Amino acid sequence: MKTAPVLDLDAIIDDPGTRIIVCCGSGGVGKTTTAAALGLRAAERGRSAVVLTVDPARRLAQSMGLSELDNTPRPVVGVAGEGRLHAMMLDMKRTFDEIIEAHADPDRARQILTNPFYQSLSSSFSGTQEYMAMEKLGQLRRSDEWDLIIVDTPPSRSALDFLDAPERLGRFLDGRLIRLLTAPAKAGGRSAFKLLNAGLGIVAGALTKLLGAQVLKDLQTFVSALDAVFGGFRARAEQTYQLLQAPGTAFVVVAAPERDAMREASYFVERLAEERMPLAGLVVNRVHHAPAAALSAARSTAAAEDLESRGEHDLTSAVLRMHAGRMYLAAREQREQEHFVSAHPTVPVTQVPAMPEDVHDLSGLRRIGELLSAR
Amino acid sequence: MGNLRNVRARDTDWDGVRLHVVTGKGGTGKTTVAAALALALASGGRRVLLVEVEGRQGIAQVFDLPPLPYEERKIAVAPGGGDVYALAVDAEEAMLEYLEMFYGMRRAGKALTRMGVIDFATTIAPGFRDVLVTGKTTEAVRRKGKDGRRVYDAVVLDAPPTGRVARFLNVTNEVAGLARVGPIKHHADLVNGVVTSPETAVHFVTLLEEMPVQETLDGLDELREAGLPAGGIFTNMVRESLLPKRILDAAVKGRFDPAELTLGLKAAGLAEGRTNASAMAEALAEEITEHAHRTRLERRERLSLDRSGRPRYELPLLADGVDLAGLYELAESIHAQGAA
Repeated sequence: MKTAPVLDLDAIIDDPGTRIIVCCGSGGVGKTTTAAALGLRAAERGRSAVVLTVDPARRLAQSMGLSELDNTPRPVVGVAGEGRLHAMMLDMKRTFDEIIEAHADPDRARQILTNPFYQSLSSSFSGTQEYMAMEKLGQLRRSDEWDLIIVDTPPSRSALDFLDAPERLGRFLDGRLIRLLTAPAKAGGRSAFKLLNAGLGIVAGALTKLLGAQVLKDLQTFVSALDAVFGGFRARAEQTYQLLQAPGTAFVVVAAPERDAMREASYFVERLAEERMPLAGLVVNRVHHAPAAALSAARSTAAAEDLESRGEHDLTSAVLRMHAGRMYLAAREQREQEHFVSAHPTVPVTQVPAMPEDVHDLSGLRRIGELLSAR
Repeated sequence: MGNLRNVRARDTDWDGVRLHVVTGKGGTGKTTVAAALALALASGGRRVLLVEVEGRQGIAQVFDLPPLPYEERKIAVAPGGGDVYALAVDAEEAMLEYLEMFYGMRRAGKALTRMGVIDFATTIAPGFRDVLVTGKTTEAVRRKGKDGRRVYDAVVLDAPPTGRVARFLNVTNEVAGLARVGPIKHHADLVNGVVTSPETAVHFVTLLEEMPVQETLDGLDELREAGLPAGGIFTNMVRESLLPKRILDAAVKGRFDPAELTLGLKAAGLAEGRTNASAMAEALAEEITEHAHRTRLERRERLSLDRSGRPRYELPLLADGVDLAGLYELAESIHAQGAA
């Protein structure tokens, strides 16, 4: 295998200049576990760390003592050493509600919070979750209560949503459509569409047909209320974006040694480079090794066939078959990783071996942390 | 697949189901299973549409094709002569088509696109997007040809992941707060009529690991609450253990004795001398122990899945990864187990 530089995660978590670590990658590759394990390791090496998770599996949450989604960093009990660790689960709707409450007078806030569009927007899973995760990250960073924030990105259908969401939401709220929809408020409550030119008229007509008049009215009320609150919405998105580009941030791309996950990882690495986001490296989880690697798959299979044809040593032939299967799997995983390394020879990589069981407790997380840093 | 000609006459577990929704946690091989299921359903001369909705071009990747357009096109011939068509639904195109079909508004549709209405729809009310893409899918399910028969014998939908699927399908609920009357509501009701009927089954793809199994069970609960019809559970990437139970039991307890293995390795000519053979046996014993732990865990996960009471199908781990030949192998397995 072309050798990739080794990702030295201890150097990253030990560096006081590292303030934010973002774990990203496709779904099902162990992103959240990686984030939690890094958090614990950082804390046990003296950092004051907080792990922000978006949608953790129940048992993983329990392993950090999180039992509810309450949007508040909770201390994790059982951390060894001088450092400390907090963990929190993002409550997307509450985070959004808080932004509204902070920026609008009580009347207007109520108007927004009870609007059906707001309720759909704030509790839906696409876009908003990414934005709110970034918003929360910004809040935690500004609070300056922790010297290291580790964030686990949402399980998006595409890993890129998470980079695009803030801008998309910002662009949307600043967009022409918003101007169109907010026109009634600006025209003193009269039907806006009478005031619009022919091009916009067509759109307005289409919207009315598509959505129905009541929906359109709800929408206009919502958008104009929100518009007033979010004067600088784009500026806010821009700020978060800059925070991610800053030198104190390290992106850790997480993958499993399978084609789809590695392809996604490749894509993500390229995208981060394009956006000038600081990439620390790639973590490949669930890598299979064979302790008896000296015995090749081919030799193992041939010997099993030989024993089978002689009708001897059933156990040994079964073990040899099992071993050959494991060697094939390891070879395939190796090839998937080589593809990545050839395409991105400068990206540091570290591997975590496959474990038979999921993490249930702090000692499991600690073990993953050791494996992440093992050389 | 010896008797494909008799497929039509054969009972499968899902006779009468026309919309097969396939969901699963990320990394479980949901798209692969959806593709194999489409092939299996098409076998014996049927016509099946495979739909994807997340813009990932997963179908094209699985069938090793260039990216699919927003158009139903034939992508594969099933064993025994059926056809699989594929469609990558794009919310924006679906919206334009919808406007044209129901209102004859092509130009306005284009203007809406230019204004960023789709950005708008996905950002502010993902329910709208879901209504559009599920609407397109259910339209294909209901569509009839000139002879009055359904155009597709079955439609397979490669749906969003487990955590989102109930919400995705439960469109009426999603748009209820937004549109109590009007065309969106009407459209959502049409979709709802299909997805809550016995013509629909929502299948889960899982691995024999804790998290995917837990998500499957949670997903089944969510379906039940939403009144959506649950289908079967497809356990993917199953590796059968070749080792006898007594060996596995001993290994789990840390009591595997490598003596027998050492002799076998020598007999097979893999090791010279005692030291060499026992070193190799020790290394293999480590693999056996790990294997035994995993097998025990898998047994436990199987039991949890069994308790759900849903029909279960197991698909083998493909030694060479998923390629076209592997896809047909999975389709055959699905067929042989009576899922199609």
